Amino acid sequence: MRYRQALAGRTFEFDGLVDLLGRASPARSGDRLAGCGAQSDVERAAARHALADVPLTRFLDEHVVPPETDDVSRLILDRHDTDAFAPIRSMTVGELRDHLLTVAVAPDAATTLARLGPGLLPEMVAAVSKLMRNQDLVTVGAACRVTTAFRTTLGLPGRLSTRLQPNHPTDDPAGVATSVLDGLLLGSGDAVIGINPASDSPETVTRLLRLLDEVRERYEIPTQSCVLTHVTTTIDLMEAGEPVDLVFQSIAGTQGANNGFGVTIAQLAEAHAAVQELGRGTVGTQAMYFETGQGSALSADAHHGTGGRPVDQQTLEARAYGLARAFDPFLVNTVVGFIGPEYLYDGKQIVRAGLEDHFCGKLLGLPMGVDVCYTNHAEADDDDMDTLLTLLGVAGCTFVIAVPGADDVMLGYQSTSFHDALYVRRVLGKRPAPEFEAWLQGVGLAAPDGRILDVDPSRSLLKELVR
Amino acid sequence: MTEQTDQPTDRPSGQPSPDFWAALRPTTTARVGLGRAGDSVPTRRLLELQAAHAVARDAVHASLDVEAMTAALAGLGLGDPVPLTSAAPDRATYLARPDLGRTPAAPLSPADPIPADPILADRPGRPDLAVVVADGLSALAVHRHAVPLLEALLPLVPQLEVAPPWLAVQARVAMGDHVGAHLGAAMTLVLVGERPGLSSSDSLGAYLTWGARPGTPDSARNCVSNIRPPHGLDHATAARTLASLMEGARRLGATGVRLKDRPDALT
Repeated sequence: MRYRQALAGRTFEFDGLVDLLGRASPARSGDRLAGCGAQSDVERAAARHALADVPLTRFLDEHVVPPETDDVSRLILDRHDTDAFAPIRSMTVGELRDHLLTVAVAPDAATTLARLGPGLLPEMVAAVSKLMRNQDLVTVGAACRVTTAFRTTLGLPGRLSTRLQPNHPTDDPAGVATSVLDGLLLGSGDAVIGINPASDSPETVTRLLRLLDEVRERYEIPTQSCVLTHVTTTIDLMEAGEPVDLVFQSIAGTQGANNGFGVTIAQLAEAHAAVQELGRGTVGTQAMYFETGQGSALSADAHHGTGGRPVDQQTLEARAYGLARAFDPFLVNTVVGFIGPEYLYDGKQIVRAGLEDHFCGKLLGLPMGVDVCYTNHAEADDDDMDTLLTLLGVAGCTFVIAVPGADDVMLGYQSTSFHDALYVRRVLGKRPAPEFEAWLQGVGLAAPDGRILDVDPSRSLLKELVR
Repeated sequence: MTEQTDQPTDRPSGQPSPDFWAALRPTTTARVGLGRAGDSVPTRRLLELQAAHAVARDAVHASLDVEAMTAALAGLGLGDPVPLTSAAPDRATYLARPDLGRTPAAPLSPADPIPADPILADRPGRPDLAVVVADGLSALAVHRHAVPLLEALLPLVPQLEVAPPWLAVQARVAMGDHVGAHLGAAMTLVLVGERPGLSSSDSLGAYLTWGARPGTPDSARNCVSNIRPPHGLDHATAARTLASLMEGARRLGATGVRLKDRPDALT
């Protein structure tokens, strides 16, 4: 179907939803690279007008990525809940924006939005996000409530959690333990203590998994551990009886991009079933941990949709959330600035993408965390990260990443730090997950009001962690 | 629940326990034990991080010193270095458009015909090895490590006929595919500046590709990364690994996953 829009004395034509979505998307380098972004600001404005008038039912008929050739599309369409869709069935994309913003300020916002989620296709959510300003993304994101649980409960009102990320360039156990100690002393680690191993060998992964599990057991820390390795490796480790809490996998919004990650939907289902069987959670059973990020499909050259047209990276990212929600995850994390300036060029694009991803994920029912981060070849710095972190705190982000001094010495990028988490919790009155906060208080690291104390590590029992 | 610490107290801000963390710092380059100014990072630690970022950014944006590198490469005795420019007109475009950094500004005609299976015998006029030095994301890495690495490598592969080196500006790894195909080289070695991290702004990567031609997938290459003495891999070790990869590639007639998964092919 062709879409037309007159604006500023010109008539713009868009050849199908894929074209329209790309042209309507806020400017970013990845869409330019893919050749699907607007050619001019006026064209972008015209595309947004045209997109606002598209009926939501159109997305059920005109597929962005053909289900005949893409299993993510099939999964998304198979799981679409028509009862949940019924209340908004007659709306256009523009009317959906108005509806979301109206619901968001109503007293029962969280319940209404949670009921609506299963009725929304990821492409509808991506479309409406393109009509939303940053403050709209914050407003609706903050109104969503997604609560998940394993050994801690995440997503409760007034809470902001962190993944303690103690990465080490050579996976050295003593070095990892040092970073874990530093993070715990600064109140981090209630979402997960999760390591990206430098080596994917099963031996290394096993060693790190046991190290984290021993620390957790020894100090009775109510949290969960994870070594972020390929799902097939984790399946083997579960079979071998290793202490796997969460199953990690990077996923993307097309079958081709998931092939690039070497993962299939069947493998995710197998891992999901296996980790459910283990039942290691104490306050909940959700045990999948997914990571995503705009641009992953393009970098795998698997970003083409209907008619062979390139699909914009934000729409494909929302489709990854459509895949994630089929496995009831405990954590979903968009690694927003990691991929580099060819996808998100500068601080402005990274900030926008972080808010989009959080909004889309939350509305689709996911426990969204954001890796607020940048690489050294992007036009971004720690001021941009402060901006995004603060906005995400206001938007009710479930968790952020915390590394020592914001410097990930294994992956070679800058994320948020233990100190950054203290900052955002302090200025917004947020606290860690309740189970973890009680532990922090019990071991003398937090005051009764949740404030993280500045303790002398040599006088803390935790210091034995590095001996 | 574990026991309480002895008398936890709020201490004056920005006063870490220097002795405590000093003993642990050798275990990791991570920025641990920074202390606190309130809930924030103390001034000196903040300035250190920003300085490291500045060094990394300068490395990303630094221009390759073509004159000095040309002279240094000429000193290897492989013949006069050949200059090459990518289709990216400037650094900003280069960073946003990796596709342009993989393409020569002016097309390089492939050797005719490109050998489907570049067996070493009976290939008069075709080199065994093409060497491409590319700035990538750190000219600093190229300035410091490209020539010393080649000086260490060449004596280990005396049997190879090596073409005069190419020096490519605003160029990524896949630029080497155009050069390798142009020369009809059996193997192409690309030495490229890697993306700078905060504590590693001069890290060199070496990519070996058998029968390189435009469109070669990354899975068909072998990589030796983090060449960055004294903190990373030293030149001699990297050279030995590369020489052994070249030997394996010649035996197998392939690089990439096939070679990596066949340790027996390596000496």
